[in-house]
Amino acid sequence: MSPTPEAVPPLRTGTGPTDHLGLRSKAAIVAGRGVAGVSRLANLGSGSVIGGRVSLALDGDLLGSLVGGREVALVSATNGKTTTTHLLAAALLRHGPVVTNSLGANMPAGIVAALADADPAARAVLEVDERWLDTVLAQAGPSTVLLLNLSRDQLDRSHEVRKIADTWRETLGRLPTERVVANADDPLVVWAASSAPTVVWVGTAAHWTNDASGCPACGGRIEFGIAGISGTTTWRCTDCEFAKPDPDWWLELDTDEGAPAGGHVVVRTDGTRRRLDLALPGRVNAANAAMALAAAVAMGADVERAATALGTVSDVAGRYRTVAVAGAQLRMLLAKNPAGWQEAIAMLAPAPQPVVASINARIADGRDPSWLWDVPFERLQGRFVVALVERRHDLAVRLRYAEVDHAIAETLAGAVRLAAGRSETGAVDLIANYTAFQDYRIEVEE
Amino acid sequence: MTAAARGASRESAVRIGLLFPALLGTYGDGGNAVVLQKRLEWRGIPAEIVEIDAGSAVPATLDLYLLGGGEDGPQTEAARALGTDGPVHRAVADGAVVFAVCAGMQIMGTSFASKDGTAVPGAGLLDCTTVKTDEPRAVGELLVTPDPAWGLPRLTGFENHGGRTRLGPDARTLGPVDAGVGNGNGTEGVLNIDLGRGKVLGSYLHGPGLARNPALADLLLGWVLGVDRGDLAPLDDTEADLLRAQRFSAVDRGNLDGVAERSWKDRLFGRN
Repeated sequence: MSPTPEAVPPLRTGTGPTDHLGLRSKAAIVAGRGVAGVSRLANLGSGSVIGGRVSLALDGDLLGSLVGGREVALVSATNGKTTTTHLLAAALLRHGPVVTNSLGANMPAGIVAALADADPAARAVLEVDERWLDTVLAQAGPSTVLLLNLSRDQLDRSHEVRKIADTWRETLGRLPTERVVANADDPLVVWAASSAPTVVWVGTAAHWTNDASGCPACGGRIEFGIAGISGTTTWRCTDCEFAKPDPDWWLELDTDEGAPAGGHVVVRTDGTRRRLDLALPGRVNAANAAMALAAAVAMGADVERAATALGTVSDVAGRYRTVAVAGAQLRMLLAKNPAGWQEAIAMLAPAPQPVVASINARIADGRDPSWLWDVPFERLQGRFVVALVERRHDLAVRLRYAEVDHAIAETLAGAVRLAAGRSETGAVDLIANYTAFQDYRIEVEE
Repeated sequence: MTAAARGASRESAVRIGLLFPALLGTYGDGGNAVVLQKRLEWRGIPAEIVEIDAGSAVPATLDLYLLGGGEDGPQTEAARALGTDGPVHRAVADGAVVFAVCAGMQIMGTSFASKDGTAVPGAGLLDCTTVKTDEPRAVGELLVTPDPAWGLPRLTGFENHGGRTRLGPDARTLGPVDAGVGNGNGTEGVLNIDLGRGKVLGSYLHGPGLARNPALADLLLGWVLGVDRGDLAPLDDTEADLLRAQRFSAVDRGNLDGVAERSWKDRLFGRN
C-alpha cells in the first residue's frame, strides 16, 4: 500500500455521498479522514481503521446514519468471511452499485470508514467480525445475514466459541431480518440461525468436526454421516432432536461427463442446477460461493448472472495472489486456524512443490499455538517446508513429529530462496496465519 | 503383569489410548499421542494410537491413556463416560499409565466444578478437587521447576483454565510454579502413586506439554516400559531445545502472554 498524500479521499462539496447526513455525522467523517490522512502520511498503514475510530468517537450513531436507506447484507463466520463478502459483492454488482469493506476491516470502525465514501444508493455487503455481529446488526438493520461457520480460532479464547453462537442466536431472535442465509452443515451455525423467522439453509458439506463442541442444544454428541457420491452429508445429535435442517440450496460434486475434476454444482430445491466455474481454488471456496449465490438470489439477483460473476473473483485482499519474491513465484494463502489450515493444505500445488509456512501467535492470532497439532501436517510429507517467523520453532517441532522434511528461516526472502532451491518450477506456496499474512501483504506490495 | 514385565517382554506394540478426542480435543493435546508414538517408533519400539470415542467401549488393556483439555459441557460428558469404577480404573490397577491435561486432569480428580459451579464427581484417580473461585481465568505461559526427585529439566507450557485445583494429602506435585498459575497454590501437576501398580499424572501444561517437554514424554515412556528414563536410547531433540529456549527467554523477559514484543506503532494503534 503506497502511502501517498493523493490517497486521501477529497473533502466533498456540493452533491456527494455524505449530503444526506446531519452536521454531526459530516464533522465526524471529516475528522476521521483527517486522522486517516495523517496516519498515511506518517507511513502507519492505510489509516482507515483509526480514522473510523475517530469518526465513531465523535458520532456514536454514525453507522446507522451512513447506512441510511440502503439495503445491507452482513457476512460473518470464523473462516471465509472476506472471500464470501467479495463473492456476494461481485454477484450483486451486476444489478447495481455495491459498497463493501473489501480489505477485511470488519469491526465497526472499519465498516464506518468503508461506508463514509460510498454512494448513498449503493447496496452494502459488509464483512463483520463474529464478535461484533450483534452490535453491527442492531445499527445497520440488514435485510440479509450470511452465517458461514464457527470454529476455534484463537485457542486462548476458545471457550468463547459457544458464547458467540449463543449471542448470534439471541440477536437474530430479538432483531428479525428479512432472511438469514446459513450453512446447514455447521451445527453451531444452525443453532444460532434457528431463532430467526426466515432462514435459507445451504448445504455446503463444509464443517470442521474436530472441535470439542458437542451438541449446542443439549451438550450431547453430534454424529456426522459419511459423504455420499454427491458429496453431501448429514448430521444429528445422538441425544436429542437437534439435526441438520433440510437445505434450500446445496453443493454437489459435479459428476457430469466432462466436468472438471473437483468441480461443483449448486442445486436448489426447485430443480435449478448451476455449475460453479470459480477462479478461487479449493472445496471451501465452492462452499463460500454456494452461500453467496443463495444470498444474492434471495436479494433479487438473477441466478445465471450472479453465478457468472462469482467466477470473476480471483484475488481476495491479497489471498490466492501470486507474487515474485526472491526470484520465485510465490502463491499466498491465508489460514488462521486448524479448519482453515486443513482447507489451505488441500489447495496446495501437488508435491514436491515446496511450502513456506509462517506462524505468529500474537493477540489477533491467538497466543497459544497448540492448534498446530490439530493441523494434518502429515499431508505435507513429500514436500520441503520452510518454517518462518515468531513461532517457527513450534512449527519445526510439529513438522519433525509429522516426519516432514523441513528447515527454519528468519526472513521471507530467505525462506523463499531456501524453498525455491527445492522447487522444480520455481514456484512456491506460502501459507501464513493472520498477522504473518498481513505483514507479507504489506511487504510484497512495497 | 507388572509394568516392568510389560516392558521387558514386549513383543506387541505399545498401545496409547487417546480418550474422547471429540470431547477433550480443544487444545491440541492429541499431539501428546503423536509425540509418544513417534518417540517409541524412533527407538525401534512399535506403537499404536487407539482413539476412543465417548459412547464406545473403553478397552481396559491399553498401556497408556491420554486425556486433553476441553470446554465445560464436554468435560462433564467425558467424566460420565469415564465413570468412577470403569475400564481405565482397572487398567491403572493393572499397571497402566495415565497422562491427563487440564480438563482431563480435573475429571481424574475426586470432583470438579461444572459450568454453574456445582461439584461433579470425577474418576477419583487423583487426590485433588477442582473448584471455581473469583480469581480470573489462568491464560498464559506456564513455567515449572520440577522437584529434584523427578530428575526433570524445567517444564514449559501454555495454560488456559478457569478452575483452581486443591490437592489432597496423597497428591504429589511436579514442583513449584515459576511463572503462571498452575494448580493455584504455587504448584503445578498432580501425581498419585498408590493406585495399585499404575501411575496417573495430571498437568495444566498445554503446548502440547509432551512436545514442549520431551523429558516428560520419556518419563511416561519409562514408566510404561518399566525402565529408567535415562536408559532409553537418546533422540535428537535440538528443535525442541530451540523452542524451549525461546519460551524460557520470553517468560524470563516477563512476557507471560506468549505474545511477541510489540513496536511503538503497534501499541499506538492497538495492533498486536
